[in-house]
Amino acid sequence: MNDKKLDEIMMERDLPVTADELHAYVDGLLPSDRSDAVEAWLATHPKDTAYVAEWRVQAEAIRARYGAVANEPVPARFDLDDLAQPRRNWRAIAAATILAAVTGSAAGWIAHGVSAASQSRFEQFSAEALAAHNLYVTEVRHPIEVGAGEDHLLPWLSRRVGATLRAPNLEAYSLKLLGGRLLPGPNGAAALFMYETPGGERYTFYASRANTPRTALRYNAAGDAAAVLWVESDMGYVVSGPAERERLIKIAQSAYREIESRLPTRSTENRTTSRRGS
Amino acid sequence: MGSFRQGVSASVPALRRYARALTRDAELADDLVQDTLVRALRSEHLFHGGDLRSWLYTILTNLNRNRLRALARRPTMAAIEDNDAADQAGPEAGSRDIERALATLADDQRSVLLLVVLEGLSYREVAEVQGVPIGTVMSRLARARMQIKDYLDGKRPALRRVK
Repeated sequence: MNDKKLDEIMMERDLPVTADELHAYVDGLLPSDRSDAVEAWLATHPKDTAYVAEWRVQAEAIRARYGAVANEPVPARFDLDDLAQPRRNWRAIAAATILAAVTGSAAGWIAHGVSAASQSRFEQFSAEALAAHNLYVTEVRHPIEVGAGEDHLLPWLSRRVGATLRAPNLEAYSLKLLGGRLLPGPNGAAALFMYETPGGERYTFYASRANTPRTALRYNAAGDAAAVLWVESDMGYVVSGPAERERLIKIAQSAYREIESRLPTRSTENRTTSRRGS
Repeated sequence: MGSFRQGVSASVPALRRYARALTRDAELADDLVQDTLVRALRSEHLFHGGDLRSWLYTILTNLNRNRLRALARRPTMAAIEDNDAADQAGPEAGSRDIERALATLADDQRSVLLLVVLEGLSYREVAEVQGVPIGTVMSRLARARMQIKDYLDGKRPALRRVK
């Protein structure tokens, strides 16, 4: 009995400081009647003192990095009167934009909701391209419908997709064009061109009507495969291949530059018959 | 009920700050904030007093969890260009380090640390936001701090070798 009492007295005298209290001390959440005890503890426990100092540095770094965000002017999209109207909230806009992108009558809604909805639209587009990529790159015997050597490859796909298509030259990346095929896309027909390295690695280039504003290039990884997509002049393009970010982005940028430099061309016939002239 | 809307409106800058640090993607963060505001305005009748900011953090935290769950089922999407301009313009070289260190944390741990350090919530408020006992908050906080320390120590091998 006596021993127990003695223990209690000792406990009270130098009541050990808990780890939780050290955190509370750093965060300014320590009850004031414990601050003396914590400070006395720290004076004799250099290891805990080092922790406390480290945690303070962390907290300062986080505040230095992100604190200023709260001082940025609040963008107009956060106007509560607008957001309170059910037809103009995020979901309605996103849904309307996707629908509009699909049906091709987007202008009005997209003007309202581009940034909120772009992710979903992108995801849909690249998901289709990646699905096609994954389906056909593993195809050993029939990866393509029409070979690269056949003259009607580009005229045929251009006519069906409804835009002048060209298969970018990616020889600089040891990618040889095998050929292409026609697919159902998000807005009608889509063209898929297949490329192969000497080592048998396959890349695809996907093109379909987008009816959305032009966008920057975006990278999108899904397991072993990845895609880079962009929209230019109402056309969506996706370059898919093995998920090596740097290489895929380089290849996509090369394809982008080649297409950019050829724009705009008007009709399918022009390009295909111009062979004779050039 | 004008005061409710005023309170929500006044919280927008803080919500953006928290969301930016939580997602480390300016565009995504603002989408999350906008979704939070829409949800809050629609659920006004569910707010029975108490701290409005905590309530908004709760909505945002839950929406972010849903987003991550949905994301786990879908391919991930990231902009090639850095989505947060401040990253590159950050005056200190160390701002990149803390950002990367935060990225290594589990989401619940990051959320605890940010709500305490950046948003100034009490441990009890954080427990309410996350819907967990206060003890869980403390262990998440401790783990977050240890992991950031480990990460930053790993980044400074020269300093470590000195001792």
